[in-house]
Amino acid sequence: MHRFANPARFTRIADRVLPFVAVAALASLGIGFYLALFVAPGDYQQGESVRIMYVHVPSAWMAMFIYVAIAVASAVALVWRHPLADLAAKASAPIGAGFAFLTLATGSLWGRPMWGTWWEWDGRLTSMLILFFLYLGHIALMHAFEDQQRGYRAAAVLALVGVINIPIIKFSVDWWSTLHQPASVLRLDGPTIHASMLWPLLITALGFKLYYLVLVLLRIKSELIAARLRALDLAKLSAT
Amino acid sequence: MTEIAAFFDMGGYAAFVWPSLGLTLVIMLGLLLQTLRQLRVRQRRLADLEAQGAQRFRRQPGAQTSTTGRQS
Amino acid sequence: MSGLVLIVGRDLRLALRQSADAWLAVLFFVLTGALFPFGIGPEPSLLKLIAPGVIWVVALLAVLLSLERLFLADYEDGSLEQLLLSPLPLELAILGKVLAHWLTTGLPLIAAAPLLAVLFNMDMAGLGVLLLAMLLGTPILSLIGAIGAALTLGARRGGVLIPLLVLPLYIPALIFGVGATDAALAGLSARPDLMLLAALLLVMLVITPLAGAAALRQALE
Repeated sequence: MHRFANPARFTRIADRVLPFVAVAALASLGIGFYLALFVAPGDYQQGESVRIMYVHVPSAWMAMFIYVAIAVASAVALVWRHPLADLAAKASAPIGAGFAFLTLATGSLWGRPMWGTWWEWDGRLTSMLILFFLYLGHIALMHAFEDQQRGYRAAAVLALVGVINIPIIKFSVDWWSTLHQPASVLRLDGPTIHASMLWPLLITALGFKLYYLVLVLLRIKSELIAARLRALDLAKLSAT
Repeated sequence: MTEIAAFFDMGGYAAFVWPSLGLTLVIMLGLLLQTLRQLRVRQRRLADLEAQGAQRFRRQPGAQTSTTGRQS
Repeated sequence: MSGLVLIVGRDLRLALRQSADAWLAVLFFVLTGALFPFGIGPEPSLLKLIAPGVIWVVALLAVLLSLERLFLADYEDGSLEQLLLSPLPLELAILGKVLAHWLTTGLPLIAAAPLLAVLFNMDMAGLGVLLLAMLLGTPILSLIGAIGAALTLGARRGGVLIPLLVLPLYIPALIFGVGATDAALAGLSARPDLMLLAALLLVMLVITPLAGAAALRQALE
């Protein structure tokens, strides 16, 4: 019964925290987008297209952050068998995949005017594409078993293998793209960034992170109910 | 008027900036709505099942004991 | 140690009895490679250019084909559970299975690679490095693949799932493997790429037994 030990307490805390986080998320997203669209200056090289950065870069940060979060949750789940950790990993994966996809799509939309092509095998975008595939594999494995517990375990092992491999993949892709590309290619987001662009970026990124928090709390809550439904179904099955 | 038009034109990059923002909103809102809807559906099912279970328990309290042999 | 030899020996005997599987992997490798000239045209200079990449990608797919069977037979007939109960650490047993898998798929692919190199009009100066890179790289493919095979035991559509799990993780090996051969063909030193492949091999030699054992344990729980 350890499995359903503290869902009530989690739900209680989540319900209390959620309104505040939701308001904070909405506010920082609102301010962030306002600053990004109306206040931040255009780039002297990229013009107004630089405004895509304010959704592209936070999405990329979130896609990476969420994978690490899943890996941490997976480690907790495997070592301490904490049931909420399994749920957190399962709840996070689709959100992370969504952000990875968003990074790719906005990168493509940004790349079209900058590079003249919808897709460039640029190191960052290529790594993000691989990360997107890692997310899809994780989600597919999570849902591949009749027994949800096995899905949790297998996906947790996969997430840990993935997180160890991500630096290796990143390094190899950088190695490969510097080999195949002239260094003059315009990079998405330069090394230095002016404060007038940095603040809108940071506030938007904060909004993305709070949005993730809201969503993951809601999804864990939903998963807890789903687990309870499964248990009830099982009880009903054995009762008839 | 021209100021507004200039804003929406995004320095000629309108075709790239607005779809980026739009897609971001669609995906973030979509995930949120999907989560909320799933939560609501599950909450409703749970409420139904619990109401049912309570009823059955009242009608036939011995139901739990005749479960041998069904677990696998 | 003798337990390890026993596992490898047993798997090898089984593989030899069904040597058709190893032959099929090699046949797939050569046949798929031979499709490329039909797809892009028989221009010798072009084929020469893409030879290392094609050979690596096709080798990767051929290894992928054989992965599902890596643990499946043992899982279904129950010998995997015996392996779990035996005094031999599960981690070592997995390395034994991987070694047997490599000997029956990776090694035959390396033997067949010169044939594809000839078909693609590859500069023979690069052949040595290509084979050396494959010698370092194909064990990596078996090692990573073993994790995928162990994770999908008992899954719905396990066979379709393995490529999705494993292919993204194969990319570094592909990059360094092709990089070494390309460097050698360009008259540059293949050393950095080969060293990186060797490092990757060492990393996976540590990760696979740990992750594989965790995956097998939860599959048999």
